[in-house]
Amino acid sequence: MSNKYIGQSVRRTEDKRYITGKGRYTDDIKLVGMTHASFVRSPYAHARVISIDLSAAQNMPGVVAIFTGDDIKATGIVGVPTGWQVNFKNGDTMKEPPHPLLIATGSTSKHIGDPVAVVIAETYAAAVDASEAVEVEWEELDAVTDPFKAAQEGAALVHADAPGNLAFDWELGNPLSEVDEAIAQSAHVTSLEFVNQRMIPNAIEPRAYIGHYEEHIDKYTLYTSTQNPHLIRLLMCAFVLGLPEHKVRVLGPDVGGGFGSKIFHYTEEALVTWASKQINRPIKWTETRSEAFMLDAHGRDHVTKAEMGFDADGNVQALRIKTYANLGAYLSTFAPAVPTYLHGTLLQGLYTTPKIHIDLCGMFTHTVAVDAYRGAGRPEATYLLERLMDLAALEMGKDPVQLRKQNFIPAFNGVSEPGYQTQVALQYDSGNYQGVLDRGVEMLGYENFRQMQREAAQNGKLLGVGFSTYVEACGIAPSAVVGALGARAGLYESAQVRVQPTGKVSVYSGSHSHGQGHETTFAQVVADKLGIPMEDVDIIHGDSDAVAFGMGTYGSRSLAVGGSAIVKSIEKVLEKGAKIAAHKLECAEGDLEYAEGKWTVKGTDQSVSFGDVALTAYVPHVYPQGLEPGLDFSSFYDPANFTYPFGCHIAVVEVDTETGKVTLKRFIAVDDVGNVVNPMIVDGQIHGGLAQGIGQALLEGAIYDENGQLINGSYMDYAMPRADDLPMFELDRQETPCPHNPLGVKGAGEAGCIGSTPAVVNAVIDALWSGGHPVKDIRMPLTPERVWRAMQS
Amino acid sequence: MAKITVKVNGKVYSHEVEPRLLLAHYLREVLSLTGTHIGCDTSSCGSCTIHLDGQSVKSCSMLAVQADGCEITTIEGLAPSGSELHPLQEGFKECHGLQCGFCTTGMIMSAADFLQSNPDPSEEQIRHALEGNFCRCTGYHNIVKSVQWAAQKMKEDKAVTA
Repeated sequence: MSNKYIGQSVRRTEDKRYITGKGRYTDDIKLVGMTHASFVRSPYAHARVISIDLSAAQNMPGVVAIFTGDDIKATGIVGVPTGWQVNFKNGDTMKEPPHPLLIATGSTSKHIGDPVAVVIAETYAAAVDASEAVEVEWEELDAVTDPFKAAQEGAALVHADAPGNLAFDWELGNPLSEVDEAIAQSAHVTSLEFVNQRMIPNAIEPRAYIGHYEEHIDKYTLYTSTQNPHLIRLLMCAFVLGLPEHKVRVLGPDVGGGFGSKIFHYTEEALVTWASKQINRPIKWTETRSEAFMLDAHGRDHVTKAEMGFDADGNVQALRIKTYANLGAYLSTFAPAVPTYLHGTLLQGLYTTPKIHIDLCGMFTHTVAVDAYRGAGRPEATYLLERLMDLAALEMGKDPVQLRKQNFIPAFNGVSEPGYQTQVALQYDSGNYQGVLDRGVEMLGYENFRQMQREAAQNGKLLGVGFSTYVEACGIAPSAVVGALGARAGLYESAQVRVQPTGKVSVYSGSHSHGQGHETTFAQVVADKLGIPMEDVDIIHGDSDAVAFGMGTYGSRSLAVGGSAIVKSIEKVLEKGAKIAAHKLECAEGDLEYAEGKWTVKGTDQSVSFGDVALTAYVPHVYPQGLEPGLDFSSFYDPANFTYPFGCHIAVVEVDTETGKVTLKRFIAVDDVGNVVNPMIVDGQIHGGLAQGIGQALLEGAIYDENGQLINGSYMDYAMPRADDLPMFELDRQETPCPHNPLGVKGAGEAGCIGSTPAVVNAVIDALWSGGHPVKDIRMPLTPERVWRAMQS
Repeated sequence: MAKITVKVNGKVYSHEVEPRLLLAHYLREVLSLTGTHIGCDTSSCGSCTIHLDGQSVKSCSMLAVQADGCEITTIEGLAPSGSELHPLQEGFKECHGLQCGFCTTGMIMSAADFLQSNPDPSEEQIRHALEGNFCRCTGYHNIVKSVQWAAQKMKEDKAVTA
């Protein structure tokens, strides 16, 4: 069937409400009788609650109720769980201390902002006033915030039952002895000790929740700024509050960005839901930006030692990694999976490295939870590999492009040629790595660059180029595989295609759009597959009462998994439609072909339209015997494998030798995300990812002091990229179809963030070497001060 | 409580408000104009940008009482009368200048003020003008293009009317 919409940059249908101010985010929603919540939070990273005095607060105007950790403890509610289990090397189950909704008297806060009480009042201002009047007596205790320091003897302990602050230790790859031997026999070993710093996601919409219990129907409704309403319902009902799922509706209305931080089930979601029943009124809580900095799960935060061994010709022989990964104080929903199964499994990169071993410690610290942030583990793996690659080229006097090429896994399409089995569990489905590198180098004009660089250095300016070639695993994920890896849920997706009697189509998707444009992209797919106008298709998502089930949107999975579920349902619609059409046309089903919205008897002009068949399905007066009326199908799609986007990112920087200021002159990204349904939206996804990856390299990073205070917890202090920090991006694409899903798509949400960070840092290192400063590493973010200091050493 | 009278999107409103009520909260909570968003508490993000007497202002950085007697335009009232959309609203849709939409309304309000004073801006000038508005989705690439698109459209519209 020819495509009218797929492959076109169709302008987004959802835009109209956003550009006119009619978007409906959770904080925009007002319910009759709605109250407002404000939390009393720990001012210390680690402190014991000695006593809580509510007497002053309770008498403040407008106060409806105050609940403390003691109230929660009395109900038997233990706290929010994690969704993944990772085992110790010796097979023991990881440490999983409870994450209470509120801290009870006698217990300890474990990070800044850990809540002890919630005040509910008639207005937000009254709630805040009263929460400030709650008197808590604290006993401050020692804290530890750095994952490496947390592992040292004598470090403050986060949980009494997690000795050494170790949640788990974990390894993957070839036996360590084999890797040790390969490293020992290498002609050259490039080694790097570095920190992949802690990032704060900063979706511009702060988290917001409304809990609403209605006694007369015995039903709870939770409005939540989430990436996955059904997952929240499942976790909250089954594992936190013990509520019957059919009596709980979870809505994710318009959501203002997520980047991972809105995947997780947060304590406040459960608390407003529970408390709404206690006061029999709706409760809204919207966090402040200060709370967002303190409490939205952070990302990255690895302390790593990496060594890559090469033979005399520059062929990679081995990779040995030791990492301390910060998990924060409590295990968030995906947290155990991020440094392990989303990071360790990517250490093959695009190279034929025969021996790989990673040893990793998942560490508790007195900091907020660390969990998936755009890329989730894959940026950390890519950073490590690509920094090593460019540094090795500098150290060995080789060209970084040639060094990559000689070590690339040769191209394979995954259809007539098999997938590539890595040393670290995954089997890549398809790849053509040299294609994207060649295109990137061509766009750069590399042959002239080194000459320009030499001339610039002679004129007192330092120019640098940095390369990064990446492969990632997304479209998560085959349920059986993730189950074997410790996931406590499947990672399929559901979709229902409901053809209305007039031939209009309502699609119910378990994916959730919070900026990705599903209402457009999914409609393009449906319209083309059915041969009907896009205007006849409506995409419905974000409501657990409307959509049968859903695992939500993260891990660049919506089109690869959610879109495939839609395609499955469409196939069922067309299969049944053909039966009805054959009956109407008095022919055999096999004589029909479907195109452009109608079934036609092959070789004739006799046909029946999609709309006619839809009407017949609902008005089945003349109808195939034994066939059920209706045209409405649901499907679940469980992918056969992860998908494996790859690409080449190239940064060109200029470094001011006087001040150390880095200016990003050019950024080239050539990505292969498989087939593309809407190029405009895919480019937009790449742009956003690049900005976040470049932000990590040059600007951003959470800073805790030694007491666990977050000292840059505001936009005045945390440097998020602004419009004038970034150049126009230069993008191109290669399209190697994914061989195992019906659309041939891979996922584009995280690629930009995965590839870009090392390209920028490599460019700065390259610039410094060209000016006679052979430094191995500068700690991110590469502020002018750090770059300047590196040039002085 | 203090009494204020404001003209918002062409309509006059009078309300008794708490002296501490921020203008952003007044617009959202009292007038239910929820297109003005609040993304931070340090007047850094720009999501709450509106026009006050024709100038762009971060509505979280002033009190409702300070707006007494002023004329306010929010995103809901930006489109010129007789048009469904302002050229910037069209430009953002045409050039994919938005993803989640949360920063978009403030971004458009800032850009609208900027284009009034600089109808033919360079890329650099656009980036500089929008540095008070955060976007976490787009990397600003398509926002810059959207503003360029709108500037061109406004120039063409002006040529037609002239």
